Amino acid sequence: MKILVAVKRVIDYNAKVRVKADNSDVDLSNTKMAINPFCEIAVEEAVRLKEAGSAQEVVAVSVGPKACQEQIRAALALGADRGIQVETDDNLESLNVAKLLAQVVRDEQPDLIIMGKQAIDSDNNQTGQMLSALLNMPQGTFASEINLQEGEVQVIREIDGGLQTLGLTLPAIITTDLRLNEPRYASLPNIMKAKRKPLAVVTPETLGVELKQHSKLLKVTPPAERSAGILVSSVDELIEKLKNQAKVI
Amino acid sequence: MAILIIAEHDNCTLKGATLNTVTAAAQMGQDLHLLVAGSNCQNVADEAASVEGISKVLLADNSVYAHHLAENTAQLISQLGTAYSHILAPATSNGKNILPRVAALLDVGQISDITAVESADTFQRPIYAGNAIATLQSLDNIKVITVRGTAFEAASTGNDAPIENVDLQIESNLSSFVSEEIAQSDRPELTAAKVVISGGRGMGNSESFTLLEQVADKLGGAVGASRAAVDAGFVPNDIQVGQTGKIVAPDLYIAVGISGAIQHLAGMKDSKIIVAINKDEEAPIFSVADYGLVADLFEAVPELEQKL
Ligand SMILES: Cc1cc2nc3c(=O)[nH]c(=O)nc-3n(C[C@H](O)[C@H](O)[C@H](O)COP(=O)(O)OP(=O)(O)OC[C@H]3O[C@@H](n4cnc5c(N)ncnc54)[C@H](O)[C@@H]3O)c2cc1C
Repeated sequence: MKILVAVKRVIDYNAKVRVKADNSDVDLSNTKMAINPFCEIAVEEAVRLKEAGSAQEVVAVSVGPKACQEQIRAALALGADRGIQVETDDNLESLNVAKLLAQVVRDEQPDLIIMGKQAIDSDNNQTGQMLSALLNMPQGTFASEINLQEGEVQVIREIDGGLQTLGLTLPAIITTDLRLNEPRYASLPNIMKAKRKPLAVVTPETLGVELKQHSKLLKVTPPAERSAGILVSSVDELIEKLKNQAKVI
Repeated sequence: MAILIIAEHDNCTLKGATLNTVTAAAQMGQDLHLLVAGSNCQNVADEAASVEGISKVLLADNSVYAHHLAENTAQLISQLGTAYSHILAPATSNGKNILPRVAALLDVGQISDITAVESADTFQRPIYAGNAIATLQSLDNIKVITVRGTAFEAASTGNDAPIENVDLQIESNLSSFVSEEIAQSDRPELTAAKVVISGGRGMGNSESFTLLEQVADKLGGAVGASRAAVDAGFVPNDIQVGQTGKIVAPDLYIAVGISGAIQHLAGMKDSKIIVAINKDEEAPIFSVADYGLVADLFEAVPELEQKL
């Protein structure tokens, strides 16, 4: 079995987000970047399936500028075998990313595709579902457990109210939720080894994918600030304030 | 052209998130159709017909839609959807699962989790865990949108819209339903509750969450949690509040033993009044709290429960 994982370069989840003064976008200059945490979980899951003998090869693909090779290398350091970068400097919308990934899938023919349920920058939660539609494949979104069986994969999904188990025919697309696994830390020898693993670069043109703009970003503004209130000194004072000042109980 | 709204339901009752989505839709256009796709769900269709502002209910009642499998339901919606200017669903786990698949089938983008409608094609949505608000204009002829329930009032009921049957049976055979574990609770639904009391890692174990349940019951509220409390196995996954969990905006949010990471704040900072109970006075949660109590939760929460 061959597994394809998609990884996105995003702001580090601990980094502070600033909005540009001209409200055109967020300012990411000099900001620490990292592999999207949900994508990291996807890589970890694929590598575990390989270690368990269920998969033979794990391919990591990223769509983005040259700098996203860092995140592909990070995936290779976690245990992926080779990387593919779809080079573009444009900040692509989900459907365009899905179209590029769909072409990579047609070329690579993986049995399973694992990706993050959402990227922590755009918070869109779309690409996996869109890719499934484009390829007419089943989707197991928000997965907290994956069990491979003969010709099928069972996915336990985190849904409103609890958990749902679905059976999907292969090839299938799975998007990860937080509880799927806890990614390992890459060891120094593995980081060194990752530098020598193959990394191919393709472009939207060489893939033959035509991209289209679906929305226009008009502006980005900071959210309404919430200011700190007061400290109360006792439970009695808290109840008094909630009753008489805030009037919420 | 009319607007198609996808009803959220469990084949028995219409879920509240649908009503907030109807309010958002009414800010985009006049003629609102509500699709109920499910199995043995006539009761949901009747409830849907009573929602103010709806001009027609479409009922696709077929066993292939029983479990809202994305592969079947998205095909159904995309086939119906070509006749509409907008397709809207609540940003629930169902809406998030199905709607992007619809968008790709129609070769259009999706605008996720909108919090404000500026015009029929321009919307606001939070990005970067709510640390920035983007204003986006859709360029697509069919606008596919998910709606954040807490950002819109619920539409009222009392209407009597006609119900039209949709005779489309779409079965992909790509996916099948195996099982479901849905927690039963007498408390109000987390995303709609007027009071939410959430616990974090500081709760220490699942038993101490009964402390929060007792307070919730006295206030008629729901119980939530931070990711750390869910990851530790204290409580089930579906009560996680935050960027990647549930979004809540109650009149009163009480955070107990929660530090206030940005990913948590993203899910609750639009609450009207925020109370924080934490033993660490430096905890970031205090910077968004209207009322902060620096105390050991194992003393403060039982006292609170007793005195309410
Ligand atoms: C991709 C990603 C997505 C995430 N999504 C979410 C999300 O949706 N929701 C979410 O909540 N988090 C999310 N997180 C995790 C988030 O970053 C924090 O790790 C998490 O919110 C911390 O939970 P906590 O506040 O319970 O734990 P901690 O940060 O460990 O805080 C525990 C607090 O309890 C206090 N405490 C301990 N004992 C007591 C006591 N006896 N009495 C009083 N106070 C006490 C401590 O002082 C401390 O402030 C996400 C992280 C990532 C990377």
